[in-house]
Amino acid sequence: MSLAKPRATPEHPAAPARPFDHHAHEHATSVLGMWVFLSTELLLFGGLFTAYAVYRYLYGAAFREASAHLNAEMGALNTGILILSSLMVALALHAAQTGGRRSTAVFLALTLLLGTLFLVLKGSEYYGHFREGLMPGAGFAWEGEQRRAAELFYMLYYIMTGLHALHMVIGLGLIALMAIGAWRGRLTAPHPTALEVTGLYWHFVDVVWVFIFPLLYLIH
Amino acid sequence: MSEHSPSHTPSRTPYFLVAGALLVLTALTYGVTLVDLGPFNTVVALAIATVKAALIVLVFMHARRSSALTWLVIVVSVAMLLGLMLGTLDDYVTRTWIGVPGK
Repeated sequence: MSLAKPRATPEHPAAPARPFDHHAHEHATSVLGMWVFLSTELLLFGGLFTAYAVYRYLYGAAFREASAHLNAEMGALNTGILILSSLMVALALHAAQTGGRRSTAVFLALTLLLGTLFLVLKGSEYYGHFREGLMPGAGFAWEGEQRRAAELFYMLYYIMTGLHALHMVIGLGLIALMAIGAWRGRLTAPHPTALEVTGLYWHFVDVVWVFIFPLLYLIH
Repeated sequence: MSEHSPSHTPSRTPYFLVAGALLVLTALTYGVTLVDLGPFNTVVALAIATVKAALIVLVFMHARRSSALTWLVIVVSVAMLLGLMLGTLDDYVTRTWIGVPGK
């Protein structure tokens, strides 16, 4: 059995890999596989959200005060940016499914732009926190007996948004790969599976942020 | 290779509508913090976030037209997460009610 496969093109798509009989079957299986992976991701972030819920319950006042030092407007802006990036990914997939090679690449490039903007803004937020002495550890600048609880809030904040940012970086890498593939005409209609599962991953990362924003930034 | 019928070009309108709704809901989430509803601020914020997540999952992630297997994965993983959170929280919340055994 030869391991070398001829390069697929839009005119000659590759045959489905074994053990699949049809591309539709292979596609459905890949999509299901990504959903299963996302369920593990849900529990990964879910564990952190559970820890957050417990400590917010126990230290409500300190969490409220600590949250007030976060920039809610920046958080809202970043939420909007991610929503638009998800729209771009959805439009990219639609373009790929209807054979629009160039528009797929353009939508993915826009996704990359928006995602990068998010990370830049997040980084500037982190820098601002650093300047205000809001990094947990020896240099944590907080007056009062709620100091430890406030520090705990910031630990959760950095771990949750940091893990989210790591997922964004991975997602952007995947999007970049898809953009290159789209430009070279390697995403084939009607099942551009690689792009579809990448999209699922990206939307999931958006969903995580949808909960992070109100819970961390907007504690009333 | 499966046939692709040209008459069945899926519409992009739902994506724009959902994106618009998500942006409005984000503004609403932010706006609600300017009103004092006591403990309900958190409830409302979570409710809006859940609606946003549902829109993303149903429309952007195409759950609406996904297989029963996919739905099973979604429902079970959300149920597991809720179980984790409720099971953990009910422990901590009831400690002030009946104390910790042995202490």
